[in-house]
This record gives sequence, C-alpha cells and structure tokens, in this order.
Amino acid sequence: MNDTHEHSHAHEHAPSDDDVALSEEEAKFIALKNLLIEKGLITADAIRARMEADARGTPHQGARMVAKAWTDANYKVRLLKDAKSAALELGIPVTEAALVALKNTPRLHNLIVCTLCSCYPRSLLGEPPAWYVSKAYRSRAVREPRNVLAEFGIALPAGTEVRVHDSNADLRYIVLPMRPAGTETLSEQQLADLVTRDCLVGTALPRAPSV
Amino acid sequence: MAAAAEPRFAVGDRVRILDLGKAGHVRTPTYVRGRVGTIERFCGLFENPEERAYGREGRDRIPLYRVHFEQRELWSGYGGGAHDTLEIEIYQHWLAPEETP
Repeated sequence: MNDTHEHSHAHEHAPSDDDVALSEEEAKFIALKNLLIEKGLITADAIRARMEADARGTPHQGARMVAKAWTDANYKVRLLKDAKSAALELGIPVTEAALVALKNTPRLHNLIVCTLCSCYPRSLLGEPPAWYVSKAYRSRAVREPRNVLAEFGIALPAGTEVRVHDSNADLRYIVLPMRPAGTETLSEQQLADLVTRDCLVGTALPRAPSV
Repeated sequence: MAAAAEPRFAVGDRVRILDLGKAGHVRTPTYVRGRVGTIERFCGLFENPEERAYGREGRDRIPLYRVHFEQRELWSGYGGGAHDTLEIEIYQHWLAPEETP
C-alpha cells in the first residue's frame, strides 16, 4: 500500500487516553472497586447508576429554582425552608440528604466551599468545576474570601457581610442570588438563563442582559 | 434514644470546637478546632462519618449542627470585612458548651 504514511500520521495523533499507563491511584481505585464487587458489597450496576444519576445534574436545574423563587414569593419561602422539597416541586430529584438555599441580600453575600474534599450538590448541579476542587480555592475561600471573590470579578463593599459556608458534612448548599435590576419584563425562563453555575456557588452575580 | 443521640445544644448556644486529635475520616477541619462560635441550626441526626467511612456495625445516628463564626475569631489578622462570617457543620461530640462572656 502506498498510503501508509498518511495512516501512520493519523494514528500518531489519534486520541490515546486508553494507552496511557495507569497512575498508582488509578490502579488502586480499580483494584479496590473490583474487590468490592467480588465480595458482593457493591455491584457494577450500582456504580454505573450512581455515575448516571450524578451526570443528570446540571446548573440549569438550580437556575430554574432561582428563577421560580424570583417570580413566586411563596415558592421562595418554601425554597428557603427546605430546598430539597422545593427542587422536587419542579421535578428535580435531589439525592443528597439535605439541600439548603442561602439567600443573598444587599448586606449579605454567601460563598460555598468544601475545604476537606469536594462536597457539592452533584445530583442538582452536576460535577463541580475544576477550580472548586482545587487546593487553592479550598484553602483560600475560607481564609481570604474577599480576595478570592475579587479574582472572580466580584468587589463587595466593606459593609457587606461575606458569609462562607464550608460544606463539610451531610448538608449541601446553593446560593439564592439577588434578582438583577432591569429584569422586570423577563419571563421565568429568561430569568433562569441569567443564573449561571458560578452564581449558584457564590463566585458570580447574575447580570441583566445587555440591551 | 441513646445518650449520644440526644441533642445537647440549642440555637444561639455558644460552643467551643474540641480538638479530639482523631485520625481517619474526620469532618472537623483544623482551622475551627479550639474556636468559639454559636449554634446556627440543628441539622438533624446523621450517621457518624468517622464510623460510617469504615463500614462499622451498629453505628448510631448523632446530632449535627451548623456553627456560626466571626471570621476574626477564626483567623488572626483576618483582612476582610469586620462583619464577615463563616458557617460549618459540626457533629455533637466535637462541641463543648462555652460560657457567654
């Protein structure tokens, strides 16, 4: 065959993540997983189902809850009382033990972190962003939250209370941001589009669409 | 209800976080140990993660609270706002009552 060069070229550049040698941690993980399955403590299907359930979460589900709270005062009361039940009202099953919505006000800004690992409301929002699980964010968000917020582009007046929530145990959290000015005519769906993932963690503020 | 499962603290109580020096799957980070805060809410009864992580049998459900701190209490020379705060979940056996000053 005369076209071997083209083929070998293509192969050299093909995605090859399966060919990379396992790290020690990956090898340990696979060995442990296989042992648990072998001993009948967990099934391969249960692991798969959990990964599938986690992947159902998207920031848009949290955004829908926020937009509903902005347009329905009674829903807002229920959301602040029990966010897990409030999610279920919108057909969103939260599988974590409890979900707490933290209300931002002109005098209070909430910021969520998990200093010990990567606790995050995955069934609602999906996997956390890479920065959320980074050691830099986890250590700095509790110690110097205003500097961290500034790096995300949020400058708050000194009189505003910054309240950090270290999500370290059984509860999970989302921020209920303030509705931005200039959004009076928007529909609930349009409002939900303003609420990004970072707004729900407290590292961004929703903005009215630029006219 | 077993004694370990009896909630001993109420909202507003001042508490000091103990330093139990335990190893393993401990959910009380070092930076709050020895510090004084107030109970923000009772979260309910949860299995003790220090036991659950190792799949031990007969583990009790124990009270979990959210504790509210002034950032200035947690960090010497805290550089943020004077009113900045932090809240974190702490299991009851890490809490001791603290007198109101």
